[in-house]
Amino acid sequence: MSNSNRQHPQAPGKLYQFKLVLLGEAAVGKSSLVLRFVKDQFDDYRESTIGAAFLTQTIHLDDNTTVKFEIWDTAGQERYKSLAPMYYRNANCAVVVYDITQASSLEKAKSWVKELQRQADPNIVIALAGNKTDLSSRRAIEREDAQAYAHDAGLLFFETSAKTAANVNELFTSIARKMPLDQLAPNSRLRGSLLNNKGVDLTNPPQNNNYCAC
Amino acid sequence: MDEEYDVIVLGTGLTECILSGLLSVEGKKVLHMDRNDYYGGESASLNLTQLYRKFRPNQEPPKELGADRDFNIDLIPKFMMANGELVNILTHTEVTRYLEFKQISGSFVYRDEKISKVPASEMEAVRSPLMGLFEKRRAKKFFEYMQNWREDDPSTHKGFDINTGTMAELYEKFSLEPGTQDFIGHAMALHLDESYLERYARESYERIILYFTSVARYGKSPYIYPLYGLGELPQGFARLSAIYGGTYMLDKKVDEIVYDASGRVIGVRSDDEIAKTKQVIGDPSYFPTKARKVGKVVRAICFLKSPIPNTDDADSVQLIIPQNQVNRKHGLVLAIVSTIVETDNPENEIEPGLKLLGPIVDKFVAVSDLEEPIEDGTKDNVFISRSYDATSHFGTVCDDVKDIYRRVTGKNLVLKQRAKTEDENTS
Repeated sequence: MSNSNRQHPQAPGKLYQFKLVLLGEAAVGKSSLVLRFVKDQFDDYRESTIGAAFLTQTIHLDDNTTVKFEIWDTAGQERYKSLAPMYYRNANCAVVVYDITQASSLEKAKSWVKELQRQADPNIVIALAGNKTDLSSRRAIEREDAQAYAHDAGLLFFETSAKTAANVNELFTSIARKMPLDQLAPNSRLRGSLLNNKGVDLTNPPQNNNYCAC
Repeated sequence: MDEEYDVIVLGTGLTECILSGLLSVEGKKVLHMDRNDYYGGESASLNLTQLYRKFRPNQEPPKELGADRDFNIDLIPKFMMANGELVNILTHTEVTRYLEFKQISGSFVYRDEKISKVPASEMEAVRSPLMGLFEKRRAKKFFEYMQNWREDDPSTHKGFDINTGTMAELYEKFSLEPGTQDFIGHAMALHLDESYLERYARESYERIILYFTSVARYGKSPYIYPLYGLGELPQGFARLSAIYGGTYMLDKKVDEIVYDASGRVIGVRSDDEIAKTKQVIGDPSYFPTKARKVGKVVRAICFLKSPIPNTDDADSVQLIIPQNQVNRKHGLVLAIVSTIVETDNPENEIEPGLKLLGPIVDKFVAVSDLEEPIEDGTKDNVFISRSYDATSHFGTVCDDVKDIYRRVTGKNLVLKQRAKTEDENTS
């Protein structure tokens, strides 16, 4: 479907694009993590995200390799267990977030991991993020406990703070590094790579710039 | 849920989800509930567990069929016309960003116990066995007339007024044989029965043009289809609604629609919670006393071990048998046979369709009522959608969406026409 012959100026090497989904209990800071990662912003009183279909951010792993994340937020549909299967569809990676000050949020995170293992692509890369380390005085979940669980379940693990930006870039970069890049054809948008010749684009690609010609 | 909303939507069928999305985008506060734990209501695509729970509640799906995530089984057989109104709504709302589509490789028609491809181009028409040589010439003239017809240029009307002349008269003008009429009326204009012949030709003209422009978009056939099943469509619009602040509650009992003394709706009760609202939109299953049955449709979902020998669109019963490559998993083929019920033995009525499928591994048959609202909602502020009918694409669903939208908001739905790119014009 790459019907453009435009060169991608910023990416001289290989560009890989992945769909990344966020999961976790309401109010653990999912959107804040993305906002910090994508726009390097934080808002103490932010309400649930309105109006954003998904955000994108690129990471330059090295001179030759760029990873672009298309990040999907839950849009609040997780609140009453109403996330659509479409949300997980073709997700290449997931960040499951809990709040280190809320004991129940880790249990909830574990059930999201199970749900991903049941519904999503078997090769999905999952990272567990214990958010709100800026509130460590109110910590209710020990780092070691969460880390042990993540280790057993084969997840990447970070404690983060969207507020102070601690470990946020590290979290996403380490996901990018864990993606099986060597097994993938670069420049193919993974989501939908299945179609390539057969698929149709109803909009005839407007502004999605995944047509890197390298 | 104990809050006040502008609109409460009941059921997550496609009609309801499109409306929920459109209203949320306009800033309305929407609560959207469904008694099922999956999206889509009657227009859902189910996984194996959900399919068995619906059709065979006491049985587990056989392990050898595979994992749930490999199945998206449509409950209703419909395709999207590539140039149809649903595509306009999808691009207008940018729900296209969440979905992926593929084209359906061909549209087939059943005639004289044979299955033939509906020609998608002039070349195919010339090679098609559907018409004899002389009939082909006449048909070509007819199609040229259709494509050249311009409202404001009487010379293109050739002395026939499609606004006052019937389709039967137009066929007569071109001396088309009954078989060709069948083919044009059912496989291209997609009429469900013969009554269109006595109606003004304009209706069929518009349908035939929709067929042509849809074929012209991607070739092969006029149809496209969401890559992971029709159930993606309601999910996509539900996501749109949620992104604009809509609240979603699946697996939520709807115990009572609450009215005030004058009969106007004021809320929806689930257990001891009541959500207040000014308006309610929903599918007929949530309003048993406010909808009436207008017919029945039987649908058989079949698992086949090998592809259907051909694909079929039988004329008088509008029997559609899509050989659906998208849903083929582990060597399984999924086929849905449906028809409008006319007798007391609906399963018999789809037998001719089932026979065309070849060996059937397993079959799930359901007879559903076709329902429509008794009133238009002006008195009680309750706006009820219509059941999904036996038509082969979403034209009537979009009509219903626009009609409900107008009644709910008091204005017409205006879809922005996107500027077409070069690619769109040449295909």
